[in-house]
Amino acid sequence: MSSSNAAPLRPVKSTGLHIGDAAPGVAKVDPIIIADNVTRQFGGLKAVDVEHLEIPRNAITALIGPNGAGKTTLFNLLTGFDKPDTGTWVFDGAQLNGVPAFKVARMGQVRTFQLTKALGLLTVLENMKLGSQKQKGEGIFASLIKPLWNKQEEEIEERALDILARFKLDTKKDDFAASLSGGQRKLLEMARALMSQPKLVMLDEPMAGVNPALTQSLLEHILDLKTQGMSVLFVEHDMQMVRHIADWVVVMAEGRVVAEGPPEDVMQNPAVIDAYLGSHQDVDLGVVTGRVAGEITPEVEELLEEIDAETGVDHAIDQPTAAAPEKDEDIK
Amino acid sequence: MDWGSILSNTASWLISPETIAYALAALGLAVHFGYGGLLNFGMAAFMALGAYGYAISILTFGLPWWAGIIVGCLASVVFALILGIPTLRLRADYLAITTIAAAEIVRLLFTTQVFDKVTNSADGLGNYHAGFRAANPFPEGTYGFGPWTYNENGWWVRVFGICLLAVAVLLVWLLMRSPWGRVLKGIREDEDAVRALGKNVFAYKMQALMVGGVFGALGGVVFALPSAVVPSVYVTSLTFFIWTILLLGGAATVFGPLLGAVIFWVIMGFLSNVLPELASSGVLPFMSTTQAATLRYILVGLALMLIVIFRPQGILGNKKELTFVK
Repeated sequence: MSSSNAAPLRPVKSTGLHIGDAAPGVAKVDPIIIADNVTRQFGGLKAVDVEHLEIPRNAITALIGPNGAGKTTLFNLLTGFDKPDTGTWVFDGAQLNGVPAFKVARMGQVRTFQLTKALGLLTVLENMKLGSQKQKGEGIFASLIKPLWNKQEEEIEERALDILARFKLDTKKDDFAASLSGGQRKLLEMARALMSQPKLVMLDEPMAGVNPALTQSLLEHILDLKTQGMSVLFVEHDMQMVRHIADWVVVMAEGRVVAEGPPEDVMQNPAVIDAYLGSHQDVDLGVVTGRVAGEITPEVEELLEEIDAETGVDHAIDQPTAAAPEKDEDIK
Repeated sequence: MDWGSILSNTASWLISPETIAYALAALGLAVHFGYGGLLNFGMAAFMALGAYGYAISILTFGLPWWAGIIVGCLASVVFALILGIPTLRLRADYLAITTIAAAEIVRLLFTTQVFDKVTNSADGLGNYHAGFRAANPFPEGTYGFGPWTYNENGWWVRVFGICLLAVAVLLVWLLMRSPWGRVLKGIREDEDAVRALGKNVFAYKMQALMVGGVFGALGGVVFALPSAVVPSVYVTSLTFFIWTILLLGGAATVFGPLLGAVIFWVIMGFLSNVLPELASSGVLPFMSTTQAATLRYILVGLALMLIVIFRPQGILGNKKELTFVK
């Protein structure tokens, strides 16, 4: 049962990314970002305090950690949306600290946001076109003369429709983005980021608030980025997703990098279990929440009982209702 | 009541220089607020700079009239720079506060005694018409029919103003259909999203502030062309009249400001004729004719509130594109 479900999720993992032992700050064979001594203080709280971090090229790196670990702050710093107190970092051979956000994006490091920022009052197609770089018609004087930018605009539209078709949004191209569902907006934001032909795509919680049907498609798109030669750095809470698609995992806690390594190894690391995963790291949270159909192992039942005891609510999987007859059969 | 003269007086507002001037300024505000999301409450300052720039260049520096218009526009560009560099990094609501203050500073600078030789302080400026009138292509005489009968100077001001307005409308239309306009509309909604796509948000906001400011200055020029530059005109209420016009017509539209200005001035013209008549014929009790004439300003305020609450997109706007309640 679970095997047929997991089959499309079995990606080709990149290995041999690091040099030496997989410890925090380990050197990579081919890093796309090298950060040194990056700190950011909010009042008395050191939100980010990263001594050394390298992000591998052409691989999918997951950034995990409990709430308040500084993941999003690190994202903001690396993309120029926030200024660090100290620190330097190099992206693809170019010094990036102090460079404003829009220039960072132009250099090929594009990001998405935790709270999706699809521009709801523009159409889906306009959103996509906005992502394209070096548009002649975006200069105020050139914009007045259509022949100067018309040809480029047509090329951009063609490319946008191509990407939209891949993300199955092409039928919505003339709708206002505000009319899309939450998951579709996530897809649109990602598709729009691709319009800028980036080298590194940084996704801040790409799965948050996305329904299970779209999760699958989002995961495939993220894997697809790697196939197309891009590097990916993403923040995610769903450990099962991280395990499925990440080639490398960086764990943060209280602003520091506490562990890094390939996903299977990192999840065995006692420091990580302690800081983040709790005692149920083997349990597929997707199964527990009902997002992914799978085997209800004793561990799952144990966790569900624990949750029920805490919340005082009977869980649907324990006592299948008429609304979920298929799940009932799955269990048997 | 003399309905004939009331209607004739009302109809003359259709193409009055005031209507054209307000339409130009509202078009500038459409670029600021409707497309760029910049809450500019200082439009009166841009208009004042246009009017004073025009008058002072002619009176003090002896420049030709067309150069005076250019100076007025340049002054508003410089003002946009000074205003924009420190404030455009702020959030929209703070921009609103600073623009309202900056507009007052500009007005008070024109009113103060310190520059009396140049600005004539509170008395304002006049008698700068010779150059503009000398360029008049219309031969001397009275033309038109019905309520639209003017002498050659009256027509020259109106035709010139309508030409300026036509060019401005064309420019806004060209800008907003282009990728430049697309970026600006993106910024209106979420600057961070646009910044993350590699656009220099600050530069776009500055350009929008300048373009809209130039239209505001041109509005000030047209306002000053037929009569005089009076400092007490460029007060905050002028800004709010422009806002009423913009919101009435449709903030994110090209023709909305034009339509709004016409409707605004026709109604204002109608009320300024009809209300005193009503008071003197006893229909409006407890009111002198002067009080009745001021009643229209109360009605304008009421109209502004009703538009924002019930039809935020204006007459021509798309409800999906622009609402204040999301």
